[in-house]
Amino acid sequence: MARIRSRSPQHRRVGDSPAIKWVLIGIAISVTAGLLIMPLVVIFTEALSAGWSTFADNLLDQYTLHAIGLTLFVAALTVPLNLVFGVALAWLVTRFRFPGRKLLITLIDIPFAVSPVVAGLLYLLLYGRNGWIGSWLADYDIQLMFSWPGIVMVTVFVTCPFVARELIPLMQQQGSEEEEAGVVLGASGWRIFRTITLPNIKWALIYGVVLTNARAVGEFGAVSVVAGNIRGQTNTLPLHVELLYQDYNVVGAFTSASLLAGIAVLTLAAKGFVEWRQARTLIRLQAQETV
Amino acid sequence: MSITVDGINKRFGKFQALNNVSLDIPEGKLTALLGPSGSGKTTLLRIIAGLESADSGQISFSGQDVTGLHVRDRNIGFVFQHYALFRHMTVAQNIAFGLDSLPRKQRPSKPDIQKRVNELLEMIQLPHLAQRYPAQLSGGQKQRVALARSIATQPKILLLDEPFGALDAKVRKDLRRWLRNLHDEFHFTSIFVTHDQEEALELSDQVVVMSQGRVEQVNEPIELYARPESRFVFDFLGQVNVISGQVKQGSLSQGNAWVTLPGVQHKGDAQLYLRPHEVRLATAPVGHANLPLRIEAVSLIGSEVRVELRPEGWQSEGSDNIWEVGISHAEFNSQRPNRGDLRYAVPEVGHLFTGNDAQPATVNWAEAEQAPRVRLIS
Repeated sequence: MARIRSRSPQHRRVGDSPAIKWVLIGIAISVTAGLLIMPLVVIFTEALSAGWSTFADNLLDQYTLHAIGLTLFVAALTVPLNLVFGVALAWLVTRFRFPGRKLLITLIDIPFAVSPVVAGLLYLLLYGRNGWIGSWLADYDIQLMFSWPGIVMVTVFVTCPFVARELIPLMQQQGSEEEEAGVVLGASGWRIFRTITLPNIKWALIYGVVLTNARAVGEFGAVSVVAGNIRGQTNTLPLHVELLYQDYNVVGAFTSASLLAGIAVLTLAAKGFVEWRQARTLIRLQAQETV
Repeated sequence: MSITVDGINKRFGKFQALNNVSLDIPEGKLTALLGPSGSGKTTLLRIIAGLESADSGQISFSGQDVTGLHVRDRNIGFVFQHYALFRHMTVAQNIAFGLDSLPRKQRPSKPDIQKRVNELLEMIQLPHLAQRYPAQLSGGQKQRVALARSIATQPKILLLDEPFGALDAKVRKDLRRWLRNLHDEFHFTSIFVTHDQEEALELSDQVVVMSQGRVEQVNEPIELYARPESRFVFDFLGQVNVISGQVKQGSLSQGNAWVTLPGVQHKGDAQLYLRPHEVRLATAPVGHANLPLRIEAVSLIGSEVRVELRPEGWQSEGSDNIWEVGISHAEFNSQRPNRGDLRYAVPEVGHLFTGNDAQPATVNWAEAEQAPRVRLIS
């Protein structure tokens, strides 16, 4: 058998030709470098082009500090809100059967499908001073648009699918047998969630939170519509970058941009770590199963 | 604790999963719910457990209505088909879960829980695996851990959903015996769901045969096999050979095949059911039957030789159009049946279903035959 096989001509698999291989690799590298890596490098070199002291001055500018504070504040509110919302929604659609369940799963994706600017305009129409709900709220002296609650509202809207989208397929695949086993054994709902459900979805949940946070910090379109760009009041970091750039303060704009880029790099690192942990757990489990 | 199921109905959308099911499960007995998939057996088990709620009807434990009682408070043991072990907990933590979940007043102290877990680990013969995770166990080990977990809180009722469904034949046999011993030792009232007739007949004290959301028959295994009350139970329990035809003048015929029916007054459509051990094979037709068959396959494995035959000039009931007859190895050695040989089936005992009658009439040729034989000798 072995002799027959060795004598038969070796067929090349597709892409085995060295020429094709290196051309493809070359294209991939140059596209990645030109479109992804170069801009990232430029952000940091531009931010530092006038030296470290200018960089520090730009960073410690009171409006920049305020923008950083507001951005972190919005993220700090958005992430927990969407964490709870995402877990509750995923639980609802994977653990219960009810009419309209499929529709609900589809509706979760609306924020992904709608342009953020459109989302911002919708919120303005609804909650603005002359909007349907906004005019009613105005009678009680409550202003949502052009202040931080409006920014939080649109950010929550734009980022709400991330956690649920991560959890739903996982929870569907894991099924509800373990939770049923827990309830038969007499555990309370909270105990089941804490000791059975949560450990099972932990890594997917962290992954969802990382993505939610990245988007909450970086959201521009929807926020720019409802925030009104009031410097020192409703200016988030992405809006601040634009404002500085329009003021011809290029170095300042790049300094703020470098902060956002830094957050992005950290997010990628966190995402990579979580994925590595997930893969490692999986490999370990598979290895153990064969023992 | 005895279990009473009274008039349970359950629908899933348009599908009627259970149709007015009533049952009595005696205390301390091992009862099997047997039926093909979609017969409602798992749904019934889940309703008894409280994991599913019935549309109407009542469940009582020892005469006490538990229909409205939450699963959590029913204090039953439940073993899931795919074990449902908590994947991120060790074997010991899995077993301790029920005890840890008890309300503070009833909960044993930490050392007591530890002691109980160790006892259970001894019982399932896995003390060396206490610190392993479920993914590190084999199927049979997982099933034993699942059983230990379900009985840790000493429930009076143990419910098992296809407990051996996912295991290979050897492990299945060991675990069956082990479950039987466990049941005898602890005197639970146990119900297990299965689609395996052999498992149901071997393991249980009482078998409930279900089909299309209804209870077909309830009886002890031996009685059930000997006296099936309906065509469904007959078909479902073991192999059966069927000839369907017209009864005229005390004889059933179809094509060139016929069988006399001593003592049968019926006229018209009828089906004759014969178990493989109720038929002999002869090389020539006998006085009371002409059932020509051609041998399709001969299987020597087992305590009996299994011969598969195809009707010649007539049709068997059922999709595969095959009859199965068991002969002893001695008969096989003397007759040497080969593929393609022609044989005549000689029924000894049969069961006749007529018209819409649910219950069969037993036909016995051996007794009818013996009388003339005795006369010949004298």
